[in-house]
Amino acid sequence: MANLIDKAFGVHGTALQLRAERSQLLAANLANADTPGFKARDIDFRQALAGAQSAVAPLRVTQENHFAEVGSNAAPQALYRVPLQPSLDGNTVDVATEQAAFGENANRYLASLNFLNGRIRGLMTALRGE
Amino acid sequence: MSDFRMFDTLGSALAAQTVRLNTVASNLANADQAAGSPEAAYRARVPVFAAVLDQARGDGAAVGVQVREVAVSQAPARAEYQPGHPLADAQGYVYYSNVRPVEQMADMISASRSYESAAQALGTVQELIQRTLRLGDGA
Repeated sequence: MANLIDKAFGVHGTALQLRAERSQLLAANLANADTPGFKARDIDFRQALAGAQSAVAPLRVTQENHFAEVGSNAAPQALYRVPLQPSLDGNTVDVATEQAAFGENANRYLASLNFLNGRIRGLMTALRGE
Repeated sequence: MSDFRMFDTLGSALAAQTVRLNTVASNLANADQAAGSPEAAYRARVPVFAAVLDQARGDGAAVGVQVREVAVSQAPARAEYQPGHPLADAQGYVYYSNVRPVEQMADMISASRSYESAAQALGTVQELIQRTLRLGDGA
């Protein structure tokens, strides 16, 4: 049953987790917009999602009361952004780029959230059988 | 959004930019302070920012920003020849602070822009967390 619900939620649970992780990185970039020598970082979302999904399968349950693995806890690899124009103090944060990425990420997070809400509504309807 | 680290991250940015705005305010307030010797003249205060790194993560991603210290500018005090001034030294010089108002104004604008962008991101995060907490409501 738990497996069925996991399947119903599909990729969106993992996607939310990765989006949150990415928001954290982008927020740190924005926070360090004026820090000398700071290098902006970001994750390659497509690659991170593929990595997280392929990592789900291999655990086996050897005891009845073991839980099934829900998702990979490995943090996605944070890459360095290639600056358009690095400043003299070594800072590579471009505030406009970071803000745009942050906004885009937030909206994609909301999209995943809406998908999940739809799935939950569907499951509830099926469970109630009304 | 399951943890609330982002509030700390963006909150640290607000705090750091506030310190920066405060130093600009005190620098501008003391820009025209006169003194009888170069040592006694007011010197501009400069906040030094540093990234706070996540020790738990292997790749050392940043989790915020901190003001490491508020340093004192080493630029020489501005000397002006004003023999009639009550604070003038034996050669007739009065020493003014090394604050450059134009530089301070530019710094102020930069700080307030950064503050704004952090505050805006904080609003977005707030909204996302509230939506996440309401996940499955009304199903």
